Amino acid sequence: MKTLVIAEHQHDVLSPLTANCIEAANKLSNSCDVLLIGSKLDTIQKELSTLPSIDTCLLVESPKLSHPIAETYAPIIADIAKSYDVILMSNSTQTKDILPRVAGLMKITPLTDVIEIIDNETFKRPIYAGNAIQKVRYQAQHKLISIRPTAFKPTGETNISNISFKSIQPTIPQTKTSWVNMAEATSERPELTAAKIIVSGGRGVGSKDNFKKIESIADLMGAAIGASRAAVDAGYVPNDYQVGQTGKIVAPDTYLCFGISGAIQHLAGMKDSQTIIAIDKDPDAPIFKVADYGYVGDLFEVIDLLQNSMATS
Amino acid sequence: MHVLVPVKHVIDYNVQIQIKSGQVVHDQVKHSINPFDEIALEEAIRLKEKSFISKITAISIGPEDVKPTLRHALALGADQALHIHTDETLSTLNRAEVLQAIVSKENIDLVLMGKQAIDDDANQTGQILAALLQWPQATFASEIKPGDTWEVTREVDGGLQTIAITLPAVITVDLRLNEPRFASLPNIMKAKSKPCQTIPINEFNLTEDQAIEILEVTEPPKRQAGTMVKEIDDLIKIIQEHCA
Ligand SMILES: Cc1cc2nc3c(=O)[nH]c(=O)nc-3n(C[C@H](O)[C@H](O)[C@H](O)COP(=O)(O)OP(=O)(O)OC[C@H]3O[C@@H](n4cnc5c(N)ncnc54)[C@H](O)[C@@H]3O)c2cc1C
Ligand SMILES: Nc1ncnc2c1ncn2[C@@H]1O[C@H](COP(=O)(O)O)[C@@H](O)[C@H]1O
Repeated sequence: MKTLVIAEHQHDVLSPLTANCIEAANKLSNSCDVLLIGSKLDTIQKELSTLPSIDTCLLVESPKLSHPIAETYAPIIADIAKSYDVILMSNSTQTKDILPRVAGLMKITPLTDVIEIIDNETFKRPIYAGNAIQKVRYQAQHKLISIRPTAFKPTGETNISNISFKSIQPTIPQTKTSWVNMAEATSERPELTAAKIIVSGGRGVGSKDNFKKIESIADLMGAAIGASRAAVDAGYVPNDYQVGQTGKIVAPDTYLCFGISGAIQHLAGMKDSQTIIAIDKDPDAPIFKVADYGYVGDLFEVIDLLQNSMATS
Repeated sequence: MHVLVPVKHVIDYNVQIQIKSGQVVHDQVKHSINPFDEIALEEAIRLKEKSFISKITAISIGPEDVKPTLRHALALGADQALHIHTDETLSTLNRAEVLQAIVSKENIDLVLMGKQAIDDDANQTGQILAALLQWPQATFASEIKPGDTWEVTREVDGGLQTIAITLPAVITVDLRLNEPRFASLPNIMKAKSKPCQTIPINEFNLTEDQAIEILEVTEPPKRQAGTMVKEIDDLIKIIQEHCA
């Protein structure tokens, strides 16, 4: 099994999800190659050297590759993928954008959002917002797979790789896509998909101002912030806070949520959390069916008390 | 300018699905248009109202059962509907190949479609189609500004990204792009006289793609319901224990 992992990075930093992808690759073969595409790769190269089981790192570097545009990246990846049996990416919006385009160029149906690797050709993936699990046999000359990162947490194993680096001169295609800008939600807080603790809020929080209270407890805890779609739609928080079927899939040690009713689409994104603590004033809210600890009552009362006791302790 | 809007007929998003003998139960279960496709269609209708486009064709691939979703699309404002008739479930690659054939047959300039179907949660078809057509793509759109080049704002992990594409192109839409309208009774009546053509799948000469074979469908592991905490002070202690 010749396996290729395609690394993701932002701002010259390797995405933590790459380690999850290597974890998944290890279930298929003892070692893998990694493909790095971008414009400034030296620091990322160093970071890669701390991950296990990597053979060769292929570097495709050019100032013209500074933005991950699917139309540009896909033909480069498709060309390299032809030399591999399996190509793996960690599911992120970037992967969702690029991998199926690679698949289209190679005329191969990709297998997206894999949560379990049973053997070289048997995999599991969720369907219907995680309300059903599909077991599939996947046979293709080049298997194009995205894995759900929360299902492949790195073991922290440190058989550090002795990576060799190989530069590949890309032919950069002419495209009809151009970059305009990125409005970034800048934050000092931990990344949602990598956080150990997530505090999240829903429509019940009521306003953007009230949501600041959620933010201040999250900061006291060193937690990341999540939200339901209703909270994002109402403009309380930016879109990249959304947890759920069509937002981010998270599985922290603790998911603490305020005023989220627990629609299936929201549960799809957080029900693999280790401990769920939910506060909602409606005793029939479906969130209580998945919560390890539930409390029926006013969320603001809980937040105020929590804030006081945390400030004093 | 002619826009194609693929619409998938799926189990309604409010329904709690059931699994029986290794399959999802479809019989007697409420189905409706994939919510993302309804948003794509709404955007097409608004672009037509602003005269950026002149014609909207809705298309659905599937058995006879998908007809209500096509009629719904006509009632909302599509000008014509195409039903690609097949009783088999096609792979996403084969579905994209069907759409590719229709794009050239109907002289399509823009494909506006959902970013994902809420049954398979695949999130693939639009991107595969764009690759087959060698067209630019803008996925997960939350804002679309037409012009000489079309500026599309995309919902991505780190925030909101904006790219510009030149048409012809494929755009897949996210939830916050718009709020779809309801079909009015007169429009539902009018839809009955709009053209709806059925094309059998064998007219497409597809090489059947069987890369993915579904072995079985099972329930996910169930979470045990936990304990309800009565006293607020106990709750605070529990939170502090788990969030230290
Ligand atoms: C195709 C599709 C995809 C979707 N994808 C997602 C997704 O990815 N993520 C997502 O989250 N949703 C998604 N949704 C939306 C989802 O169906 C729900 O509408 C949404 O999750 C509801 O958000 P909520 O729980 O914040 O709001 P509500 O359901 O309105 O719940 C608010 C809760 O707050 C409680 N409350 C109010 N005031 C207080 C108070 N003072 N103290 C305590 N409790 C209070 C109420 O009792 C209520 O239970 C999707 C929907 C569709 C159709
Ligand atoms: N059978 C189908 N008929 C029409 N459109 C479809 C079909 N399957 C997928 N699509 C379109 O492709 C989009 C993405 O679907 P998917 O890649 O399956 O998640 C959907 O939102 C639809 O617009």
